[in-house]
Amino acid sequence: MNAFLDALGRVPPLLAQHVLLSAAALALGIAISLPLAIVATRRPRAGGVILGFASLVQTIPSLALLALFYPLLLWVSALVGGGIPALGFLPSLIALTLYALLPIIRNGVAGLTGIDPAVRQAAQAVGMTPGQTLRLVEAPLVAPVLIAGIRTAAVWTIGAATLSTTVGQPSLGDMIFAGLQTQNWALVLAGCFAAAGLALAADMLIGLIERGIAHRRRGMWIGACVALLAGLLLATAPLWHRAGGGKVVTIGAKNFSEQYILARLIGDRLTRAGYTVRYRDGLGSAVIYGALRGGDVDVYVEYAGTLWTGPMRRKDVPDPKAMAGAIGRWTQATSGVRLIGALGFENAYAFAMRGDDARRRGIASLADLVDAAPELTLGSDLEFLERPEWAAVRRSYPLRFKATTPYAPTFMYRALASGEADVISAFSSDGRIAADRLTVLGDPRHAIPSYDALLMVAPSRARDAAFVAALAPLVGRIPVAAMREANYQVDRDTDKRTPEAAAAWLERRLGL
Amino acid sequence: MPAESLRFDAVVKRYGETLAVDDVSLVVEAGSFVALVGASGSGKSTLLKTINRLIEPTAGRVLIDGEDVASGPAPALRRRIGYVFQSIGLFPHMTVAENIGIGPRIAGEPPANVAELLDLVALPHDVAHRMPDALSGGQRQRVAIARALAPGAKLLLLDEAFGALDPVTRDALGGEIRRLHDRLGLTTILVTHDMAEALLLADRVLVMQAGRIVADATPTALLNGDGGDAAQALVAVPRQQAERLRALSA
Repeated sequence: MNAFLDALGRVPPLLAQHVLLSAAALALGIAISLPLAIVATRRPRAGGVILGFASLVQTIPSLALLALFYPLLLWVSALVGGGIPALGFLPSLIALTLYALLPIIRNGVAGLTGIDPAVRQAAQAVGMTPGQTLRLVEAPLVAPVLIAGIRTAAVWTIGAATLSTTVGQPSLGDMIFAGLQTQNWALVLAGCFAAAGLALAADMLIGLIERGIAHRRRGMWIGACVALLAGLLLATAPLWHRAGGGKVVTIGAKNFSEQYILARLIGDRLTRAGYTVRYRDGLGSAVIYGALRGGDVDVYVEYAGTLWTGPMRRKDVPDPKAMAGAIGRWTQATSGVRLIGALGFENAYAFAMRGDDARRRGIASLADLVDAAPELTLGSDLEFLERPEWAAVRRSYPLRFKATTPYAPTFMYRALASGEADVISAFSSDGRIAADRLTVLGDPRHAIPSYDALLMVAPSRARDAAFVAALAPLVGRIPVAAMREANYQVDRDTDKRTPEAAAAWLERRLGL
Repeated sequence: MPAESLRFDAVVKRYGETLAVDDVSLVVEAGSFVALVGASGSGKSTLLKTINRLIEPTAGRVLIDGEDVASGPAPALRRRIGYVFQSIGLFPHMTVAENIGIGPRIAGEPPANVAELLDLVALPHDVAHRMPDALSGGQRQRVAIARALAPGAKLLLLDEAFGALDPVTRDALGGEIRRLHDRLGLTTILVTHDMAEALLLADRVLVMQAGRIVADATPTALLNGDGGDAAQALVAVPRQQAERLRALSA
């Protein structure tokens, strides 16, 4: 219960962002939907296209819709010579706005076509212009149906806004995603509780407006409007005063515990150096490097092999030192991103099995796995099966598993323990490898490149001496044993620590 | 303002292959009460709607007091013509008073005298603040008539206006319309398929068939056998009904 109350303490600033985003998306959605609904009613053929498009948007999973706008905005930004942020508020706003269109347009069209033709004829016959007909007859008659659509859109938007976390827009989803990753259920619960409460409150107030208008009860709908506006202002209050000014820095983190811990470790140092720190947690591997390059993120920890096989498209596997050097030169030359240095540990993809199972089957390396694979199930993280490393592994070792199932990292270990998966794509710095007594399979053909953790800094901060000086002491200071221990403190099932606490522990342990 | 005269000048309305109105030329004198009678599809309603431009003719002109109705914007034209139709079309979200006052309101004129208009159509004042769905069919049609007259219209178009009412209400309302016509000095055109109604209310009866006017006579002349076969076929119906009723009571 205490943990839940603590978690609730994180709600206000995230709620403010969540409300601002949802309200902006809804307002924009209404502004776009209303004329479209009118056009759709007056010109049935155009209406078919409009409703078809809105329905199509609705069939795209909201998470995918959000992710799609990242490359799209990058492309548009490049087209107009830069300056359009591809992460954060803008892509979230666009995706959620598109998502809000369908219920509003559909109800608007249903309301307009549902008006008795005799009423339209009367409006014409008494001498109303088309504008007067719309304002005096159509609008008031459509209002209750239309507002019901807006109400649906509001609830959807508030729900889907939790997913904007994945494109770097802070929202209540931050708590849900971080909580899921670190199995901090109090955090998940508090995030869900806040998001559900917000949706219910919006639903209720808009419902009152709907009823008030339908029953011509002026006091009711005006009161609900005022309450809605007051709630909006109150919820966004934490955003009114911005602290820090020019020295606000954004620290990026991917979606697993080690990244959260390292982000806090970096954040602590920068805070002590006088910066105001914001975190963008839960960014996807594909998104985060672009975010750094574009300055949406100022610093984060990347893994050598991810850049090597990803944006650099390299297939060779040199030794780690040479690889880090090549990466530093490449990022500097292609985008001005500065590589400060390697932190000292590696977090490579490592195939792992239950220890007893591996011994019984006589499997010690990926080469041994080839023959046994058809009887085994591979559990992977959400992106591994699409990554070039998996392709590289299969080029060197012709693995054909009975089945492959992607999991969120935490659940991947659970699946291995419960026997749902027999082999997993683990991470070598994961504390659970030792704790769960897993066997890490060798890579005799060197298919998997090095995954040294590298400290990367955005072009705009590359020459900020105070910034770089605050981070430089981390280089070469984090041994894999310490990192594993810190990760395990967050990932284990009992006596869990928050990433903040694990970061503090790591600082003390390393004497930083 | 005196009643308005009306002239149709070779009016044609064509829907694809079909001629709904076939070259109608006609003069309606100011202050007269004219009934336009015919079977369904004879073109009587279409002809009526060319007056307030709910339908634009394919060819020909309609003139009110010598002025072409197409010469100005349609909304302005319609605001000075009262139009009442079978499906009534009261605005369901407005009170009776708001419905009656809509014409002056959209024209930006001083508000209508609702109480006086309710008196005109014989409705009690307390219906003013009721919603249309709280009224009976006859009351609604009375409100529609008040709404049509509110802008001070001198030309009243009744498009099957009594068609959906029960016979008692229909008879009463017909009589009241005639009295309003006389009292306010209106020019009234009543479209109906009921010859008895036409004969009892109008000064002049026009019979339409397949888009053309095939008879044009006073009620007395029609009852005396004038107006041709089509008109007499229509007159025969109420006459035979009356005779059968008389035979039953004898």
